[in-house]
Amino acid sequence: MSFFDRLLGRDKAPRSGSVARERLKLVLEYDRSQLTAAELEAIRDELIETLSHHVSIDRDEVVITLQRDGRLVAEIPLDRRRRRTVDRP
Amino acid sequence: MAGKIITVTSGKGGVGKTTTTANIGVALASRGRKVVVVDADIGLRNLDVVMGLENRVVYNLIHVVRGVASAERALIRDKRVPGLMLLAADQHSDKDDVDPEEMKDVCDQLRAFADFILVDSPAGIEQGFRNALAPADEVLLVTTPEVSAVRDADRVIGLVEASGKPAPRLVLNRIKPELVARGDMMSTEDVLDILRIHIIGIVPEDGDIVAATNRGEPVTLKRGSRAGQAYHNIAARLDGEDLPFMNLELPPTSLLDRLSHLFNLGGSGGTT
Repeated sequence: MSFFDRLLGRDKAPRSGSVARERLKLVLEYDRSQLTAAELEAIRDELIETLSHHVSIDRDEVVITLQRDGRLVAEIPLDRRRRRTVDRP
Repeated sequence: MAGKIITVTSGKGGVGKTTTTANIGVALASRGRKVVVVDADIGLRNLDVVMGLENRVVYNLIHVVRGVASAERALIRDKRVPGLMLLAADQHSDKDDVDPEEMKDVCDQLRAFADFILVDSPAGIEQGFRNALAPADEVLLVTTPEVSAVRDADRVIGLVEASGKPAPRLVLNRIKPELVARGDMMSTEDVLDILRIHIIGIVPEDGDIVAATNRGEPVTLKRGSRAGQAYHNIAARLDGEDLPFMNLELPPTSLLDRLSHLFNLGGSGGTT
C-alpha cells in the first residue's frame, strides 16, 4: 500500500501491529482467568445475595475480577442513598 | 563478595534468552564486574557454544550438584574478558536430574565468586524453568514483539509473581524500527501496555548477532553494533545506572516518507 493510498483514505484496514495488540489483549484476558465468565457471574450473584442481608448494595456496580496473581477481587459499592439502612427481605 | 542472582527467562523458545544472557554477561564483565553465567538448560546446553567456550568445558553444573567437582573447579574463565566465567550445563543429563533446592544451593555457592550470577533458563514453564527460577533474586524476561512470545511472557510473569519473586523486568528483543514505523510490528509501548511490567532494555534486530553467534564471539565484545550498545545499556542499568533508552526511531529518508511523517500516516511511529 502506497503513501497515496493512505493519503486518499483507501486504507481502511488497521495495520497489523494494532491488530496484534488488540488480539493479544483479548486472549490474555481469557488466559488470566481460570474461571469461566458464567462461573464469575454466579459468584457475583451469590455474593450480592448474601451481602444484601446485611448492607444495601449498588447491585449494578458490583465487579468481580480475577487478578494475574490468582486473587479474586470484588468491588462492592454500597448504595449511597441507603447506606445506613439494612435491606432485609 | 555476595553476588546477585539474576535469572533470564522467556516462556517461548527462540526469542534470544541465551544470546541475551551471554551478552549481558560480557557487558557486565567489561564494566569490571565479576560475572558467572550459568547454563540451566540441562540436556540442551547452548550457552557454551554461543560464548565460544565449548572446547573448554570439563566439569558442569551436574558435577557441582553431585559433588564431583567444586564450583570453583567447574567454572570456565573467559580469557577475552577478565572476570567473566561460565558454568556449563550437562548435555547428557535430564532436567529432572536437578531439583530447585539443588539449583539454589549451587547458585548460592557461586555468590562467593561474582557480583552477578546470570542464570540462562530453558524455554517452557516446567521443571527446568522452576529450577532456574528458584535461586533468583531478580528475573529478566526476554520477549520479541510477536503475539506468541508476548502471550507466553504474560504466563511467565504470572508464575514468577506466584512464586513470591518480584515482577520480572522486560528485555524487548529484535525490535525492527522500520516495521514499527509502518505499523506492522507492535511497539515498545504496545508490549508494555499489555504486560504491565518495567522495561530494562530494548534490543534492535541486528544481523551482527547472527555472525557473532556463528563465530562464538558475543556481539558485545566488539564496539559498533546497535545490539551490542543495547546490551551495554542493560548492563549499566543492572549495575544501578539510570540511562535513557536508545532512540530507535528512523530518520525520515525520502520525500514521500517525510511527507508521510509530517502527516503522521506512518502508523504508530518509532519507539524509544
